[in-house]
Amino acid sequence: MNDSTRRPVFTLSQVTKSYGMGNTTVHALRGVDLTVDHGEYLAIMGASGSGKSTMMNIIGALDVATSGTYELDGIDVGSLNDDALSLVRNRKIGFIFQSFNLIPRTTALANVELPLAYRGVRRKERRQRAEQALAAVGLDDRSSHEPNELSGGQQQRVAVARALVTNPAILLADEPTGNLDTVATKDVLNLLDATHRGGSTIVLITHEDEVAQRASRVIKLRDGQIYSDERNR
Amino acid sequence: MMIGETFSHGLSGVLANKLRSALTVLGILIGVAAVIVLIAVGNGSSQAVAASIQKLGTNAILVQHGSFRFGGFGGGNASSVQRDLTIDDAQALLSSTNAPDVQAVAPVKQDQGVSCTWNGNSYSTNLTGTWPSYFQISNYPVSQGTYFTNADVVSGARSIVIGQTVVTQVYGTHNPIGTTLNCGGTPFQVVGVLGAKGSSGFTDLDDVAIAPLTTVQHNLTGYGSLGSIAVEATSADSATAAQNEIYTILDGRHATSAASRDYSVINQSSILSTSQSTNQVFTVLLGAVAAISLLVGGIGITNIMLVSVTERTREIGIRKAIGANRRTILSQFLVEATLLSVVGGVAGVVIGLLVSRFQIAGVQPVILPVSVAGAFLVSVAIGLFFGSYPANRAASLRPIEALRHE
Repeated sequence: MNDSTRRPVFTLSQVTKSYGMGNTTVHALRGVDLTVDHGEYLAIMGASGSGKSTMMNIIGALDVATSGTYELDGIDVGSLNDDALSLVRNRKIGFIFQSFNLIPRTTALANVELPLAYRGVRRKERRQRAEQALAAVGLDDRSSHEPNELSGGQQQRVAVARALVTNPAILLADEPTGNLDTVATKDVLNLLDATHRGGSTIVLITHEDEVAQRASRVIKLRDGQIYSDERNR
Repeated sequence: MMIGETFSHGLSGVLANKLRSALTVLGILIGVAAVIVLIAVGNGSSQAVAASIQKLGTNAILVQHGSFRFGGFGGGNASSVQRDLTIDDAQALLSSTNAPDVQAVAPVKQDQGVSCTWNGNSYSTNLTGTWPSYFQISNYPVSQGTYFTNADVVSGARSIVIGQTVVTQVYGTHNPIGTTLNCGGTPFQVVGVLGAKGSSGFTDLDDVAIAPLTTVQHNLTGYGSLGSIAVEATSADSATAAQNEIYTILDGRHATSAASRDYSVINQSSILSTSQSTNQVFTVLLGAVAAISLLVGGIGITNIMLVSVTERTREIGIRKAIGANRRTILSQFLVEATLLSVVGGVAGVVIGLLVSRFQIAGVQPVILPVSVAGAFLVSVAIGLFFGSYPANRAASLRPIEALRHE
C-alpha cells in the first residue's frame, strides 16, 4: 500500500486501562499503540484475559482509557462525557456482538431502525434505509419477525444490518461467530467480506484462526500488549 | 428521538409483561377510585346533614322553656324559680334597639298528640299554636290555600294549616281546603296546606297542624308558659349576634345569669356549622386513608419498574451501545411508569364514578369534581415521581456493565 493513500480511521497511542485500586489493580491494557486505516479488515486475537475485550470497549467508545489517547475519525474520544460517547457510538460505530444483542419483542425491521431513530432520522427515510440494509443481508422476507422467531444466523445477520445501516466509520465485531454453527458462521463471515470489499473498515475480535484468516491484518494481544502485527496477503 | 417513538417504546415495555402491568395498574386504580368514592361519601353525608338542618330554617333560633343544663330536659336550676316564657318575652325580642339582629319572632305553644278528625277519619298529630311569622321562621311554605293572618291571631279565629302527613292520613286524596277539621274537640277550618318537607333525622316535619296561638291557648292548652319562642335572625351570619341579644334581653326579664337560666337557646346555624366541621374532619380522614392507598399503589410502580430495569439491563446496554443517550433511556422508562399510572388513574376515575352512583353505608355519595381531577393528576404525578428513581437508575447504567449482564 502506498503511504500517500493511507488515511487513519482511528489511532491508539500509549493506551492503558486499569481496573480497581491499590493492590487489587488489574492492568488490562499496558500501553497499546495502533493505527488502523480506512478500508482495513483488522482481526484482534488473543487468549482470554489478554485485553481483547477491553480494547474492543475502548475502540467502540463504550469505555475510556485510563491514560493515553484514542482518536476516532479526528475526535479525541478520551475527553468525552457519557452522552457524547453515545453520540460517537451512534455516528461512528456499528456493533456486532457474540450474543447478537437484538432488542427482544421488537421486529427485525424495528431493530435495524433503532440506531437511525436515536440519530433522529425521519420515520419514512428510516424505514427505507432499514429495509435496504435487511435486503443487503438477505433478510428482507423476515423484516416483521421478532428475534425469538429467527435462527441464530438470521439474528446475527439482522445485527449486521443494524450495524451497517448508519454507514459507520468502523464495523466492530466482537466474536461474531462465537455462538453460530459452521453454516451460519460462513454466512456471516461472507457478509463481512462483502462489506469489506464495499470499502468498510472492519475490526473483528476473535480467538479462532479460521476467522482471523479472512482479515487483511491480524494483531495478537498478550498481557495487555500487542506482540504481533501481521498483514495477510 | 421523537415523542411518538418514546411513547411506543414505553408502551411496548408495558405490554411486554401484561399481568404484571395489570396488577400495578390495579394498585393505582384502587387508590384513585378510593379517593374519589370516599371523598364523595364524606361529601354526601355532610350535604345530607346540611340539607336536613336547612329544612328547619338556617336563620332560625329556638328559645325553649326550661334549661338543658341541670336534670335534663326542662329540669332547670333547682335553686331558682322557673319563670314562664311569655308572650311579653316574645314581644321584647322584637325590639329593634335591643335586638337589631332579630328579624321575626313567633311564640309557640304546642299540644302534643291531638286527635284531629274529619269525616270519620282520625289522626293524632302535634297541634302548634303560634303567630303567622312562624311559617317564615321555620321555613314552612304553603303549597295550597293561605296562611292564617295576624288578625286571626287577634280574633282567635279557628283557622288551621296542616302538613302533608296529616292531609294523607285524614283526607287521602280529598281536597282539605275549606273543610272543617275537628281537633281535640274544637272545629277548625282548614285554610292552607304546607308543602312537603320530608324528615329531619327521625322527625317527620310534615306531621304538623298549625293554628293561631290565641285559639290553641283558649280552646286546648290554656294560658300557661309558652313552650318555646321561634326567632329568626336577619341572616345566618348574624345568628350568633342574635343569640347573644336574646340572652341579654331574657336574662334581664327573668333576672337570670348564664349559670341560672330557666330557658335555653338553640341556634340552628351553629348546629349546622358544627356538623359541617365535624363532617369536614370526617371527609379529610376518609380522603387521607384513600390517599395512603394511592401512595401504596405508587410504591408498587417503583417496585415493578425496578424489577423491569433489572430484567432489561441488557436491553438498556444494547440501546446505549447503539447510541441512546441518558435522556432517551430516562424518558422511555418514565413514559412506561407514567403510562401505568395514567391507565390506572383513568380506570380509577371510571370505577370511582360508577361506584359513587350507589348508596354506601346509607349515604348517597356526592362526587366532588375537584377530587376527581385531583386524584387523576396525583396519579399521573405519582407515575412521574415513583418512576423517576428506577428510570434514573436505568439511564445511568454503564453500557459495558449492562451488556455483560445476563
